[in-house]
Amino acid sequence: MEDQQRRDLRFARLLKLPMYLWTIVFVFVALLYVIGLSFLSRGEVVGVTGEVTLSNYARLASPDYLKVLLQSLKLAALTTLICIVVGYPFGYLMARLNPMARSVVMLLIIVPFWTNALIRIYGWRILFLANGPLNTLLLSLGLIKEPLKLLYTDGAVLLGMVYALIPFMILPTFTTVDKLDFSVVEAARDLGASPLYAFFTVTVPLTLAGLMAGCVLVFIPSMGLFFLNDLLGGSKSVLAGGLIQQLINSRDLPMAAALSVLLLAVTGAVIAVYRKLGGSGDMSMF
Amino acid sequence: MKKHSVGSLLFISLVLVIMYLPIIVVVVYSFNANTARIPIAFTGWTTAWYGKLFTGRNGFGGALMLSLRVALWSVGISCAIGTLGAVGMAQRVVGQKYGWFDPIMESLVSLPIMIPEIILGLAFMVIFNALGLRSNDMRLVLAHTTFCIPYVFLNVKSRLVGMDPALFDAARDLGASPARVVRDITLPLCRPAIVSGAFLALAMSLDDFVISFFVYGAGEGTLPIKIYSSVKVGVSPQVNALCTLMMGAVFIAVALSRYITSVRAARKKRLQTRVGG
Amino acid sequence: MSEPILRLDSLCKDFGEGLVLNDLSLDILPGEFLTLLGPSGCGKTTTLRIIAGLERPTSGRVFLEGADVTGLPPEKRHVNTVFQNYALFPHMNVFQNVAYGLRVLKISKQEQRERVMAALALVRLSGYERRMPSQLSGGQKQRVAIARAVVLQPKVLLLDEPLGALDLKLRQDMQKELKQLQRQLGITFVYITHDQEEALNMSSRIVIMHGGRIEQTGTPEDVYEHPRTLFAADFIGQSNLLHGVVTAISSDGITLDVEGVSLPALPSDTFRPAVGERAALCLRPQRVRYGSTAQHGMTLRGIIRSKEYAGGMQHTQIALNDRFTLNAVTQSAELDSYALGSEVYVGWSIRHAPLVPDALGEAV
Repeated sequence: MEDQQRRDLRFARLLKLPMYLWTIVFVFVALLYVIGLSFLSRGEVVGVTGEVTLSNYARLASPDYLKVLLQSLKLAALTTLICIVVGYPFGYLMARLNPMARSVVMLLIIVPFWTNALIRIYGWRILFLANGPLNTLLLSLGLIKEPLKLLYTDGAVLLGMVYALIPFMILPTFTTVDKLDFSVVEAARDLGASPLYAFFTVTVPLTLAGLMAGCVLVFIPSMGLFFLNDLLGGSKSVLAGGLIQQLINSRDLPMAAALSVLLLAVTGAVIAVYRKLGGSGDMSMF
Repeated sequence: MKKHSVGSLLFISLVLVIMYLPIIVVVVYSFNANTARIPIAFTGWTTAWYGKLFTGRNGFGGALMLSLRVALWSVGISCAIGTLGAVGMAQRVVGQKYGWFDPIMESLVSLPIMIPEIILGLAFMVIFNALGLRSNDMRLVLAHTTFCIPYVFLNVKSRLVGMDPALFDAARDLGASPARVVRDITLPLCRPAIVSGAFLALAMSLDDFVISFFVYGAGEGTLPIKIYSSVKVGVSPQVNALCTLMMGAVFIAVALSRYITSVRAARKKRLQTRVGG
Repeated sequence: MSEPILRLDSLCKDFGEGLVLNDLSLDILPGEFLTLLGPSGCGKTTTLRIIAGLERPTSGRVFLEGADVTGLPPEKRHVNTVFQNYALFPHMNVFQNVAYGLRVLKISKQEQRERVMAALALVRLSGYERRMPSQLSGGQKQRVAIARAVVLQPKVLLLDEPLGALDLKLRQDMQKELKQLQRQLGITFVYITHDQEEALNMSSRIVIMHGGRIEQTGTPEDVYEHPRTLFAADFIGQSNLLHGVVTAISSDGITLDVEGVSLPALPSDTFRPAVGERAALCLRPQRVRYGSTAQHGMTLRGIIRSKEYAGGMQHTQIALNDRFTLNAVTQSAELDSYALGSEVYVGWSIRHAPLVPDALGEAV
């Protein structure tokens, strides 16, 4: 009799087994491997030596690295902030459009969302070239005397980050605003709140879930987008992602691993804060 | 609904214009007849770049085939694994409580799409090198499958969560074994979620640059890798043409899927109004 | 005496937060329309799910026709369930839904067709085979769910609040239909509801459950007229519950002191209190008689406090003293002419006011 129950249990386990095995090997063990690697020291030319050391983490605390890390965090935070300031109102206003206009705008937002960030950033690269269309236009309008240096600046990198990630702020915001029952806002107005007061005391708190999801979806990838440096920023402003890539190129894998572990820790902290503030577990808003 | 204020329409338009500015630039430049090494000045219209897209030494045919091959394998494997996993996790065995293991596994499964891609890229690179895995196809498929599984899994899972558990109870009650319930009830009801998860995974696989970049060994690479290496140093008119085609494909795909969903919704609505009679 | 078709033997169920079922034993006879009646959380749904095999008891056993089925999964039990929200498979049409159990049993297409058609005819849904569940009304879905279960000719049909989602009028029609269906099929029904009226209307036997235990078992008449516990008295129908202390016992009966008024009462088979013990009288408002003369045993005196007319009935409140008020219900045809504040004689037949233990501290 009891083995019937065991058979049911075995069936459930059988269904889960491939996914669990795959996850254990390619996620759990892979990340453990990176963590382990971060405690090894670099080999003479390539590879690693078996020597266990904390020196990689000590180097992370050195002023050179610290500067890059802080800059990277600052850029990620700034990107998130701009995405909030532009993306949240956009998502909100978009949800308030009439159905026809709304589906057009939705289409226009989703297409870039699905288009490779590399391609979209590449467009900016053309625009920003010293003799590119933007400078040509400004010159011919007589607004500037000589070409502006647009490419390979911090501003270009920031623009690229915001540009690449803003759909991730707009879409969750739109979804929550769209689901919001606007009679509660009307109730606030009816109780004497001004439109702005009602917006900040009713609408914003009720759509905070989307805003928070948007922040996480923007902040986390913004720390790792290394190709932006290559395309828009040159190597002047090194980001954490770019640094990892450089370390890999110079075959210093243990150091790259240590930096990855740090990035992982920051990601974990962000997600933990997000969950603590009541965000839902998965971010499957697609 | 009240009239939209001029300010809000202006704001929306402005953001959209900025969003499309670089895209339009790429599209326009794809028709540029300038054949200089860095062709910036617009010297006339041509469609020559489209002709040269997939052929010749710098053609994108090989990269496209690799991207498609990897995407199809990854989507196929991740659909099977992710769907079964989600269905397995939703199985309620009579008299059995949820342990500690399943919740941990659940967050581990979705980890690949939560963390910065570069970490996973590094992890796969070092592991594949350590294992001595040389085949680029294998390396890419293993890596892509790993980040495709969460898309399928999360899609199917959220579909399962929304389902009435009494449906499964009813099937058992009517004589179906657990495997039969999965075949007759669970999988058919999950089909829309599996399909949308598969499309999501397909898009993510074709789109992926970061992880592929680290995992990939020598060669011209997948489509995004080849695009990257072509534009890193300058401007490539072929890439302009390719990007234009890709964005066109995305536009058609998105418009089509939105059209299909709206038709489905309308049909459903019509059905429901008919019930009243 | 016939053998029970279903025997529940000392069932206990613990979901980890205290006992949901506490030593529940019950014999269900072939052909019965048995109703498990109780408020939400009383354990009736858990009992049903244990019978169906969808839940496993922490301890205790379930016997179907004498065979122990406790460890059998639901698909191996000859019982079928009509689920609360119908649980129709949304991707199958009516025919496929009803045929599902037969398909699993690999019964020939021809026989499937015949049996499904017969089942649909039984629930008066012939001609609806091609409809999808989303195209059916609530009542029609309900019928499909019933057809889907009875087509398998179960030994016992379990019904989990099947009428709960329907509106009042439809519910009353379906009550009649279900009862008729049960007589027609001769299948044992185990029916769950929290609606006492539904239970009284349909059942051949009612099991009143409370806090994971059986409070009382009996025919509808029995549980209505002779409640054995305070809970049963309060849950079924309206009652004046007169809480008091036994002051005297004689061969004629018992004297109960309620708020300073001495009331006569009879001990029951199951409850024979001693002097000084607490007890309660359950007096149905319909049993309260009052008039201007002290006839028919109307020996108490009271004052008309309020009168309300509701749906053909007259509801009257009569105060015996400051702390003691009785509710009385009479047909409005015999509408009395007493003004508010007028004094009347009040009484009732002591055989119609059963005595139950007054469980102190029990929230009623």
